[in-house]
Amino acid sequence: MKSQTMSSPFIPQSVNADPIIRVEQLVKMYDVGEVPLRALDDVSLDIWRGEFVAIMGHSGSGKSTLMNVLGALDRPTEGCYLLEGEEVGEMDTEELADLRNRRIGFIFQSFNLLPRLTALQNVILPTRYRVENRISAEEREEASIAALESVGLGDRLHHRPNQLSGGQQQRVAIARALVNQPSLLLADEPTGNLDSKSSEEIMGILQTLNRQGVTIVMVTHEPDIAGYAGRIIHMKDGKVLSDGQNGNKRQAERIPVAQQEINE
Amino acid sequence: MTLIETFDLAWEGLVLNKLRSFLTTLGVIIGVAAVILMIAISAGAEAAIADQINALGANLIIITATRGVPGRPPTLVYDDALAIAQAVKGIAGVAAEQSLADQLIKWGNVSFTTPALGTTPDFPLVREAPLGAGRFFTQADLDRKNKVIVLGSKVAQDLFGDTSPVDQEVVFGTTRMTVIGVMAPKGKVADTDYDDRVYIPLTVLYQRFLSNIQMNNRVRTIYVQAASSEMMDSAIGRIKSVLAQQHGVTLSNPDFIVQTQEDIIQTQQATTETFRILLAWVAAVSLLVGGIGIMNIMLVSVTERTREIGVRVSIGARSNDVRRQFLLEALILSLFGGVVGVIGGVGGAWLFNEMGAMRTEVVPWSLGLAFAASAVVGIFFGYFPANKAASLDPIEALRHE
Repeated sequence: MKSQTMSSPFIPQSVNADPIIRVEQLVKMYDVGEVPLRALDDVSLDIWRGEFVAIMGHSGSGKSTLMNVLGALDRPTEGCYLLEGEEVGEMDTEELADLRNRRIGFIFQSFNLLPRLTALQNVILPTRYRVENRISAEEREEASIAALESVGLGDRLHHRPNQLSGGQQQRVAIARALVNQPSLLLADEPTGNLDSKSSEEIMGILQTLNRQGVTIVMVTHEPDIAGYAGRIIHMKDGKVLSDGQNGNKRQAERIPVAQQEINE
Repeated sequence: MTLIETFDLAWEGLVLNKLRSFLTTLGVIIGVAAVILMIAISAGAEAAIADQINALGANLIIITATRGVPGRPPTLVYDDALAIAQAVKGIAGVAAEQSLADQLIKWGNVSFTTPALGTTPDFPLVREAPLGAGRFFTQADLDRKNKVIVLGSKVAQDLFGDTSPVDQEVVFGTTRMTVIGVMAPKGKVADTDYDDRVYIPLTVLYQRFLSNIQMNNRVRTIYVQAASSEMMDSAIGRIKSVLAQQHGVTLSNPDFIVQTQEDIIQTQQATTETFRILLAWVAAVSLLVGGIGIMNIMLVSVTERTREIGVRVSIGARSNDVRRQFLLEALILSLFGGVVGVIGGVGGAWLFNEMGAMRTEVVPWSLGLAFAASAVVGIFFGYFPANKAASLDPIEALRHE
C-alpha cells in the first residue's frame, strides 16, 4: 500500500503523504431496465490535499455519480472510499450528514440557493445544521459575512437570489460551501449556467481558494473550464480513461476581491 | 440542531409562504371555532331550559302521580294537598293544580275562549306569580265554593281593555263568576302562558266544570314550596310518608313521584346530552377535515420544496432536522389555527348572544379541548408529510425541477 502511494505521480511536494480522497475499485450499479447499468466501473484514484482536479466526460460517463459518491450523497455498490483516512462506507446517516456539513462544500450548476432567503441567510444555513463545535448566532453571522466578503459580495448581504446575477448567485453558493471551512470543495459544472465572463470570475475564485489550500474537485464537460485545474481526469462508461497533470494550466485574469485583499 | 433553531427554520418556512400558510390553517381555525361554538350553543340551550325550570318557583317540590293501585286509576287528589299542608313542617305553601280545557269567557259583548287552571290559595306564592290587582282566592273561597275568578293579564286586557276588571261579573263556561283579581304579567314558563289563562278555585272547577265523577277531586300536580333550601330534604321525606299513608302504598312501591327542579333539570339535560354529543361530533369532524387539509398542503409543500430539501441535506441537514422542521411547521400551523379558532369560537358565541340569534354559553373546558385537539391534529397529520420529506433521496431531490 505504501509503495503504491509513493508511486503515484501526483504527490504535491509540500504536503503530507496521505491523500485527502482515496477511492479503490468503486462500483456503482443502477437498476434501470433489464440490464443493470454500471455507472462506476472499478474506479480507483487518489486526490491529494491542495489539488485542483477536474473530472471530464460526456453525460453518462459516470462523472456525476462519482461526484455524488465523493460528496457522501450516494453510497457505492462496491469498493471503498476513504476521506481523510476515514472509511465513509462505514458511516451511519448522521455521520454522513456531519461530513457533508463540515468537511465538504458543494457547488452546483444551478446554484441551488434557497430563493426566499437572502444571500446572508443562505450562507448562514450550513452553520445552523452544525452539530459539533457549534458557535453562537453572532459568530455564525460574522463567519457568513466574512465568507461573502471573501467572494466579493460584502455589499450584497441582504439581496435575494433573484436580485443577483448568475455569477453573483454562484459566488453566494461558494460562500455557503466555504462557511464551515471544509477540507474539500466539490463543484458540479459550476459554470454550466454562466456566461464566459462570469465563468472566468468563478474560476478565478476557485483558483484563489485552491492557492489558499482548499482541495477542489470539479466536474465539467467544457475543456476550457477544465483548463483552470491542475489535474484532469477523463471518464467514459464509468471508467477512468486518462488521468494526468494539466501541463497547460490557465490562470483566470480577474483577480477576485479576496485575492486583492490577501495580496495587499 | 436545537429545537429553537428548528423552530426558527420552520417559522421561516411558514412566513415565506404567508398566504398558503393562512389558507392551510383556515381548516383548523374553522374546526376549532366550530367545536367551541357548538359546545357553547348546546350549553346555552341547557341553561335556557334550566332557567325556565327554575322560573317555576324557588325551593319547589313537584308531586305527580305515576300509576294507580291495581283496580284504581292513578290518583293524586285535593285531599293529598290538604294533608301535606297540615302534616309537613318546614313548608311555605302548597298549591294543587288541575287544568281545564278552553272555555268561553264573556263580558258584555266581548267573548273568546281561554284555558283555566283550578288551584288553591298558595298558587301565587308557590309558583312565584304575583297579583297585579285585586286579590287571589282564599281557603274560605275554596271551602264555600265561591264563584270567583282571577284573570291572567292578557285575558284581562283582551276582555276589559281599559276598564278595571276587579268586581266585574263575567260568564266563564256557563257559570257567572266575579273577577276578584288580575295576575301580574309573567309570560311563558316551559310551554305554559301564565298570562293567557284564568284561575278558579279548585273546588269550583270540580263542582261546575267536571262532570266525570272519576275526575272529581283529582289534581294533576301538587307543588310545595319548602321554607328554605335547607328544608327541602326533610320536607320531601315527610311528603313521601304522608302520601304513602294517604294512598295506602309503601315507600318502596309508591304511586307518585316527588321531584325537585334539580331532578327535572337533570332529566332535561340527559335529553340534551344526545344533542350535545351530536354537535360535538359534527365539530370534531370539521376539525378532522381541517387536519386533512394541513396534511394535504404539507404534502404539496414537501413536493414543491423537494429541491430545497435536497439542498438542505447536501449542506449537512440530517433527516431528523428535515423531519422536525416540517413537523414543526405543521404544528405551528395547527396551533396558530387553534389560537385563532379559540378567539373565533368565543367571538362567534358572543356575537350569537348579542344578536339574540341564539343563547350561547362558552364552556371553559371546550377551549382547552379544542386547542389540544388542534395540537394533536398538527402532530398526527404533520408526521406523514414530514417523514416523506426526511426520507427523500438527496440526489433525486437536487435534480427535482
